Amino acid sequence: MVLDAKIPGGPLAEKWTQHRFDLKLVNPANKRKYNIIIVGTGLAGASAAASLAELGYNVDAFSYHESPRRAHSIAAQGGINAAKNYPNDGDSIFRLFYDTIKGGDYRSREANVYRLAEVSNAIIDQCVAQGVPFAREYGGLLDNRSFGGAQVSRTFYARGQTGQQLLLGAYSAFARQMKAGKVRFHPRHEMLDLVLVDGHAKGIITRNLINGEIRSYAADAVILASGGYGNVFFLSTNAMASNATAIWRAYKKGAYFANPCFTQIHPTCIPLSSEHQSKLTLMSESLRNDGRVWVPKKKGDSRAPNDIPEEERDYYLERIYPSFGNLVPRDVASRRAKEMCDTGHGVGPTGLAVYLDFEDVIGRKGKQWVSDKYGNLFDMYQQITGENPYEVPMRIYPAVHYTMGGLWVDYNLMSTVPGLFVLGEANFSDHGANRLGASALMQGLADGYFIIPYTIGDYLAKHPHGKTDTNQESFKTTTREVEEKLNQLLAVDGSQTVDDIHKELGRILWEYVGMARNREGLEKALKLIPQLRETFWKEVKVPGTAKELNPELEKAGRVADFLELGELMARDALHREESCGGHFREEYQTEENEALRDDEKFAYVAAWEFQGTGEPAKLHKEVLIFENVELTTRSYK
Amino acid sequence: MQVFLKVWRQADAKSEGQFVTYTVENVTEDMSFFEMLDMLNNQLVLKGKEPIAFDHDCREGICGTCGLFINGRAHGPLRGITTCQLHMRSFDDGANIVVEPWRAEAFPVIKDLIVDRTAFDRIISAGGYISVNTGGVPDANTIPVPKPKADEAFDAATCIGCGACVATCKNSSAMLFVAAKVSHLALLPQGQVERKQRALNLVAAMDMEGFGACTNTGACEIECPKEISIVHIARLNREFLKASLL
Repeated sequence: MVLDAKIPGGPLAEKWTQHRFDLKLVNPANKRKYNIIIVGTGLAGASAAASLAELGYNVDAFSYHESPRRAHSIAAQGGINAAKNYPNDGDSIFRLFYDTIKGGDYRSREANVYRLAEVSNAIIDQCVAQGVPFAREYGGLLDNRSFGGAQVSRTFYARGQTGQQLLLGAYSAFARQMKAGKVRFHPRHEMLDLVLVDGHAKGIITRNLINGEIRSYAADAVILASGGYGNVFFLSTNAMASNATAIWRAYKKGAYFANPCFTQIHPTCIPLSSEHQSKLTLMSESLRNDGRVWVPKKKGDSRAPNDIPEEERDYYLERIYPSFGNLVPRDVASRRAKEMCDTGHGVGPTGLAVYLDFEDVIGRKGKQWVSDKYGNLFDMYQQITGENPYEVPMRIYPAVHYTMGGLWVDYNLMSTVPGLFVLGEANFSDHGANRLGASALMQGLADGYFIIPYTIGDYLAKHPHGKTDTNQESFKTTTREVEEKLNQLLAVDGSQTVDDIHKELGRILWEYVGMARNREGLEKALKLIPQLRETFWKEVKVPGTAKELNPELEKAGRVADFLELGELMARDALHREESCGGHFREEYQTEENEALRDDEKFAYVAAWEFQGTGEPAKLHKEVLIFENVELTTRSYK
Repeated sequence: MQVFLKVWRQADAKSEGQFVTYTVENVTEDMSFFEMLDMLNNQLVLKGKEPIAFDHDCREGICGTCGLFINGRAHGPLRGITTCQLHMRSFDDGANIVVEPWRAEAFPVIKDLIVDRTAFDRIISAGGYISVNTGGVPDANTIPVPKPKADEAFDAATCIGCGACVATCKNSSAMLFVAAKVSHLALLPQGQVERKQRALNLVAAMDMEGFGACTNTGACEIECPKEISIVHIARLNREFLKASLL
């Protein structure tokens, strides 16, 4: 199959406008005859559900949470980008596009990224109209702040809880459509498989997490907005339940998986403290606006941070990158922190941390100013570490945070399975090899509010509604497969818990498919992961039955998928013999230890096709064509 | 350190529940309360016993999924945090810890420590929003909002919907939850059009779900992990009264 991204012709700035005209429309009176399934109700899913319901479609929305407001979008802290140029500092749609393409290390599609920048302003308008309480200036207008990878202030924020406020906005629009009867919400329902009818996505199989009931749902199209797969590493900043099951099972049904090895390691997280730790906590990148990152110049310096005099501190980001300083993109900041620790300059009990110091800004602007801006983050830090960051510098270390990879989609956000659309972090579309801060919220809402309502209409208009019902054979077959898999998990009855095996997978991936990768390590991972998968299916112990609320069974199903996905990530990382963005291959770096791309060979999207469990996936390439930006080596110096 | 737990176990909504005691060894101070429960659950699974079911997700205090009643306090002994942010350094070695689910008629127990809080979604869908469709809205900066108003609206909007206010209230009232939403939107210019109807609809929905009335005890404000003030309840009362009279 040839990958056709369906990128519209014409000049970059006119593609989306022209395309919206070219897309077929569904007559308003016919929209109510179409049913759409949406899996996941975070920013992308909830905004899509609300917007499609407002247009008149019938939406069935599914979440394994009890409420859309629980989705992990809620934890995004720092902000959302838009090209409003309110601060009058030179921003424009083209600059936001340019920064995003460059930040992604030239591994994303120009047309998609431009469209993202183009609709960014409408997102801010929409959110304000919903009552999202963004930060404001004394004159009553919206405030902006700066973020990594940009030299303009284009980030809108709501203290350190921007994701929460945006999600609650989308949730309120969603709740309004629940009331109107246009959205039927199915809480605590997990999608366990995708159902294809004549090769088109026409339904899903779900498990009711309260009583274990397996049920089929049919529709005219299926949208996955189920988030990213960072939890494959066990330790990440993702929520405990975040998982890849929806997209992974769709992958096994024929949707290609794009760039699985592009994972983002966020530079500012609270370091790991014990083996019992269940997750890592992010400290918003916005802190790098005012905090200064440093390590002691002397190796193994064990003095308390406040006892180390100014001249014995190495503010290494300011030293190496004088123009961007502490605001270099995430991948660069993460790698430099690792390098500092690897060379013996790390701090704290484990030596795996660097300081993020606020002494300077507290001296300049006062404690109150800092508290107004970052109070909740400082409180969170103190709660976890028992240390007061107003007095002692924070200790931070990189942690897995976001996955740029995901299901391959074309310009219409449709996967390689017709009728299956993928939104938000679950798709691969806009961030290339590295996502810039404050761009995840932008993409989730762009996809949900302003892209899918147009593009799904084109698919629906070309396919008659109501052709599918759950009595069809493929629903029955898929249901049997789902039930068998649940029974298999329960039948193993081994001697290791799901978490034990998940932690082991995490260790393998962090070691060999983490912040820095090399051929030898990746080949090793490709041996270890299948072995661990075998152990899982021989040794896992899942208590209870499938007919009740059984959190261990839920986790087991998700970890079984992670054990397959981890292998694909390693395979993708091994094949990509270059360094770009979050994918750093030690063999491919410049003399200054920066990522060394190979545009001749690797300026493409790697889209993998499932060939059977344990069989190497088949690679398809979507060549990336750059007509509007010049591919340069990213320099933040 | 070691701790002695007394945990509420209940098979499902229909069964009767009971307290079961557990001794947890090798607890460290830097463990979170949930990591301590994870460790216990891991041991239970290996012994072939059923682990304790509890709700949790982000484990950083923002999703509102978690909520345990610990030694008679919603979210445990500290103020201004959720259960997932509670660490074992807040307990003494050898501590007895009683762990219960939220108890309120409108939050029926699903299993063990998990309760059903979908009543909150139904309250919000009764009018906890501004009725705007996607698209066709004015430029964001055409709606100036005085900073103090915006900040106060934010203070209310920061509610995570965990239900600690209900669980701690002797009347199982959801007034703080409802007040937070009414107040957030009543303070903003965007919220004016539906202001009156919103107050009436949310209060009616709250009553219908079986939450109790407010008698100004103020326990909700003390246990709210986001420290939302009962000043917002006063505002809700004014909003409701004005809407009822005019």
